[in-house]
Amino acid sequence: MTAPLLYALAGAILCGIGLFGLLWLSHLLRKLVAFNIMGSGVFLVLVGLPQHQGGQDPIPQALVLTGIVVAIAATALAVVLIRRYYHLSGLTSLTGEPASREGGPE
Amino acid sequence: MIRALKTLAVVAACVSFSGLLAISIWTIAGQPAPVNLPQLLSDNMERSGVEHPVTAVLLNFRSYDTLLEIGVLVIAGIAGISMAKTASLEDPELRTSDSLLYGLQRWFVPLMLMLAGYLLWAGAHRPGGAFQAGAVLAATGVLMRLGGIPMDFLRPGLLLRLGLVLGFTVFLLVAVASVIGGDAFLAYPPELTKPLILIIESVLTLSIAMVLLALFVSAPVNDAEDREEGSSS
Repeated sequence: MTAPLLYALAGAILCGIGLFGLLWLSHLLRKLVAFNIMGSGVFLVLVGLPQHQGGQDPIPQALVLTGIVVAIAATALAVVLIRRYYHLSGLTSLTGEPASREGGPE
Repeated sequence: MIRALKTLAVVAACVSFSGLLAISIWTIAGQPAPVNLPQLLSDNMERSGVEHPVTAVLLNFRSYDTLLEIGVLVIAGIAGISMAKTASLEDPELRTSDSLLYGLQRWFVPLMLMLAGYLLWAGAHRPGGAFQAGAVLAATGVLMRLGGIPMDFLRPGLLLRLGLVLGFTVFLLVAVASVIGGDAFLAYPPELTKPLILIIESVLTLSIAMVLLALFVSAPVNDAEDREEGSSS
């Protein structure tokens, strides 16, 4: 049991927490945050596991760096989409009450 | 009752997901790695044109990933802009009128621009590089935007499109040029490696900053339904 392995296992736990948020919370922004937590867990696993085996490994680190940038862009795009959805439908969740404003989800 | 059962089911699913993941991590951690990648990397470092291993991986050995990544960023940026229905950039409602922000801005904007340039240059031999520099540049843009400094290039138009696709285009051109020259896709000519990486990193920084900033600018939606970006307000 080394410190990097602990990071990887913590990443697994973060994945579980993120999955719970994704399944259980209904507000779209909360879902987005939960999804980001899940992504952070994946990054932790990806960085921690190779470090446990053979010291610092720049290759997964570079891949995680790429992943972080993509995650930021995807999160920003999701926020734009959520705001647009809210603007059109007045709802903050996908399972809103059916008797909402017309327009609704596209 | 049903709600409690549902909660229980979801919790059980998540715990078992975490548990499975942890077990597989534990199993993988017990086995020796089949390929010694760090060793392989350090053996080939002198061919990469830069001294920092992460930058070498990002822009030379696995530059295909980086190319696809900037492609994803451009698509996200374009999708974000096309979704947006923002008020015009000079809308006073979107400004933060805070005298502290104005005061800080005078000091921070030049400093942050300099920091972005330094990070870009430092990527060759220490942690840094296009992504970090792009993030700092985008943050500078956000700060300027909040302070109400006019940034006309963010209007949908030629400059915005150019800025968004510049990094991807230059990267793709370099990649295709090496194919036309008879080499593999994305194989840099050995004597040009360092300048090519520097050029690609610079345009990547610009494009990443542009995409993030464009996404930030297109995020707010005003209550007014009929005001489009760029219309006369």
